[in-house]
Amino acid sequence: MALTYEDVVAKYEPVLGLEVHVELNTHSKMFCGCSTIFGAEPNTQTCPVCLALPGALPTVNEKAIESTIKIGLALNCSIAPFSRFARKNYFYPDMPKNFQISQYDEPICVNGYVDVEIETDEGPMSFRIEIERVHMEEDTGKSLHVGGATGRIHGAEYSLLDYNRAGIPLVEIVTKIVPGTGKYAPEVAKAYVAELRDILRSLGVSDVKMEQGSLRCDANVSLRLIGIETLGTRSETKNVNSLRSVERAIRGEMIRHAELLNKGERVVQETRHFQEESGLTRSGRSKEQAEDYRYFPEPDLVPVAPDAAWIETLRAGLPERPSVHRKRLQEAWAVPDKEMAAMINADVLNIVEATVNLGADPTKARSWWLGEISRIANDKEVTIANLNITPVDVAEIVALVSAGELTDKLARQVVEGVIAGEGKPSEVIAARGIKVVNDDGALMAAIEKVCTEQPETAEKIRNGHLPAAGALIGAVMKETKGQADAARVRELLLGHLGQSSN
Amino acid sequence: MIHLSAAQMAAKLATGETTSVALTQAHLDRINSVDSGVHAFLYVDTDGALAQAAAVDAKREQGQDLSPLAGIPLALKDVMTQKGIPTTAGSKILEGWRPPYDSTVVSKLKANDIVILGKTNMDEFAMGSSTENSAYGPTHNPWDLTRIPGGSGGGSSAALAAFEAPLAIGTDTGGSIRQPAAVTGTVGVKPTYGGVSRFGLIAFSSSLDQAGPCARTVLDAALLHEAIAGHDPKDSTSINAPVPQVVAAAKSGDVKGMKIGVVKELNGDGYQSGVRTRFEESLELLAAAGAEIVEVSAPNFEYALAAYYLIAPSECSSNLARFDAMRYGLRVGDVDGASAESVMNLTREVGFGREVKRRIILGTYALSSGYYDAYYGSAQKVRTLITQDFNNAFEKCDVMVSPTCPTTAFKIGEKSNDPIAMYLNDIATIPVNMAGIGGMSLPAGLAPEDGLPVGFQIMSPAMQDQRMYLVGAALEAALLSKWGAPLLSKAPELAGK
Repeated sequence: MALTYEDVVAKYEPVLGLEVHVELNTHSKMFCGCSTIFGAEPNTQTCPVCLALPGALPTVNEKAIESTIKIGLALNCSIAPFSRFARKNYFYPDMPKNFQISQYDEPICVNGYVDVEIETDEGPMSFRIEIERVHMEEDTGKSLHVGGATGRIHGAEYSLLDYNRAGIPLVEIVTKIVPGTGKYAPEVAKAYVAELRDILRSLGVSDVKMEQGSLRCDANVSLRLIGIETLGTRSETKNVNSLRSVERAIRGEMIRHAELLNKGERVVQETRHFQEESGLTRSGRSKEQAEDYRYFPEPDLVPVAPDAAWIETLRAGLPERPSVHRKRLQEAWAVPDKEMAAMINADVLNIVEATVNLGADPTKARSWWLGEISRIANDKEVTIANLNITPVDVAEIVALVSAGELTDKLARQVVEGVIAGEGKPSEVIAARGIKVVNDDGALMAAIEKVCTEQPETAEKIRNGHLPAAGALIGAVMKETKGQADAARVRELLLGHLGQSSN
Repeated sequence: MIHLSAAQMAAKLATGETTSVALTQAHLDRINSVDSGVHAFLYVDTDGALAQAAAVDAKREQGQDLSPLAGIPLALKDVMTQKGIPTTAGSKILEGWRPPYDSTVVSKLKANDIVILGKTNMDEFAMGSSTENSAYGPTHNPWDLTRIPGGSGGGSSAALAAFEAPLAIGTDTGGSIRQPAAVTGTVGVKPTYGGVSRFGLIAFSSSLDQAGPCARTVLDAALLHEAIAGHDPKDSTSINAPVPQVVAAAKSGDVKGMKIGVVKELNGDGYQSGVRTRFEESLELLAAAGAEIVEVSAPNFEYALAAYYLIAPSECSSNLARFDAMRYGLRVGDVDGASAESVMNLTREVGFGREVKRRIILGTYALSSGYYDAYYGSAQKVRTLITQDFNNAFEKCDVMVSPTCPTTAFKIGEKSNDPIAMYLNDIATIPVNMAGIGGMSLPAGLAPEDGLPVGFQIMSPAMQDQRMYLVGAALEAALLSKWGAPLLSKAPELAGK
């Protein structure tokens, strides 16, 4: 009998450790001038430096240092007055130098924290996630293993290498161990990554697109019996490419660990790969034998010693913290707590804000994104960000509805059309011939027809039984193919039958 | 004409007495005639050199402003990338590779219209003291073809001594410019670390490697030094400060009142008697020229060799990891079904020579977890102590001096099976690299017992490279008036074809 999650958390305490890799959005690579644009033809964004041709030397991208310091400051870290790059030595075909320039024992930012809040049945709860370090490094190239069943290097017929990504600036944000989250561990982890993503986005230092890999999370989980100090053996889950996956992966690993421990078996310290379809993890390479990366200070680069005044300038220029920003929005929009939580949970806050900034009413904007559009995304099993609809589209639709040019029902058809790729809202309206019937003559004709067809219902209304109006309004709407404004229909119908519409 | 100094050749070009094409052709003829015996060159770019020479002559004809060394031929150590020209670093693993880019040194040579004749032989990846580690066979010392020309830059120094080129580029990680200069009777300078860009220098040990000028006179070296030095944004370790005024220093040669510190620890036991004789004689000449000779001590120099053989192999084990057959150079075992790992292994097995493998293994071990502190970590501490020794000594003197090498050129094959004996050649040159300061070797005469050249080493504080040129020029002048002719005029005639 499989363990339930409740069984697991009744007996064990999870301890988390999260490593997040962020691709910076600098125009050029970490150590050379090559472009960083995503999706270019393979091997067109390379040079002697990022291809590691003999004799080539790295030089540090100052913008990347600036971005990293901003991240450190936003995460409440201390900025080291002196930090160094180090070489991490290992062989892999997509790593041109066969060492990665990273930072080891002298990272640029240390000792920070992030506070995250989650909604629980017991009300909102806050957790402090401590940050151990933030350091800079370079990305590797990409291998495409062709042939073979797994898409991995073993068993592949041949491999293709693309070095466009080699040398893209990466920042790694590593937490200290996170105990004390109990049964909320998966949600706290998700909230942490979401908060981190919001902070990075507000700083403007990264595209933070998890699905494109510009933000990647490795989740370390271990379990220990409640009340026991000693840490259990951890597994490290890679390839966690969405917020939802962070939560699923941790939950899944907790259950897997608990099943092993309950059977008296031990957890193997290893890297595991998250499988999006099953929500389970698959064993990767074992880390029982710690790999020896032979770190040593990178002799080709002078140490990074940022000027204290520069750091203060960057600190002064930090944007509003996302949590503060959210509180401000909630007040400005007068959103109840539960609705706010729903927006955060559905990850639509930024898109709603963008829509409101385009002039849409906050309540309307929220209800579109959280309602109809979220529903379509759910049906299609994609994220909202991947739907073909933008805040500009939604703002336009909201404006058309409030101008009376669309009814809510028609607006839903327009949303559908936009998502289906039929164009901007105005184009969808034109192409589908959608328009509100506000010609009272046409409406009156339909009302008279309906009253004649359903004389008993009409009579009830004449006698003051207003709830019966719904059936006739529905019939009129049907008659006008839904293009009528229901409120106007009601007004005319009641007037026709001698009742006030109030 | 080929026996003149570069400065003298430049004067003849300026007056129109000769042309760069004629000068270049004369050197190409000389290479053609003697290099089968010397083997200084791995590649001669006849067409490229003549085209470059013709272009300089045309500029001169048009009356354009030219650099002091415009039109003078030069031999380039094969460790420097030159666009489109085979560059091997003396290794099989780079056989056939033509770089798609110029090193900064080459860009500067081209900008100065210096004519690049070709690429010179070297110990594989600059690891060695004799060029016997070249994958393409050893270079022979023009003073005695059965002897080594030093290393790793033996090709460059032999080219100078054999009059195949008046100028050459070397690189010096532990003495690879200065020791070959010493054993071939030529001049070689390792500038302050960061003085000359390393961009395009195929790395052996990044924190020690430094390119520098090789020539037959101190002034020629200074002219070349100024042509290649200066800040380079492509090299993070390059110094962003004005280049020391080395040409002015070489022209002055005034050492009156300068304090010259003789390093107590770099003399005595282990140094050949003729080497010591010539060294003492040079000190007397410098004293006669007005310098004050003092003794200084550098107690930590005795650990320099051991520390060097941890730091340099450690860095090389990482620097040479890129030679993996994936992107360029040799590829072995790439047959159907072969894995990337097996291709990497086979290529490295075949492509790297014994000394290179020895150092990769040594360095990999020294950096390993659990050994790092004891080996690499301790070696870095020794490095700091050596720098302190230099700093203390430079409080008592302006430059420090020593013999460049303990012995004169040994026979080819004599030490090739004894790495430690080979490493000991560099005992006097290594401290300079460890501290990142400047070092020069110039000829001090012949050892009476074997009639072979002896080198005199001058060391100057970081970014004070002009001091070694002052002292070098003074000693060179004193020796020249004593000898009546340059030392190389005593070298045996090389048989032409």
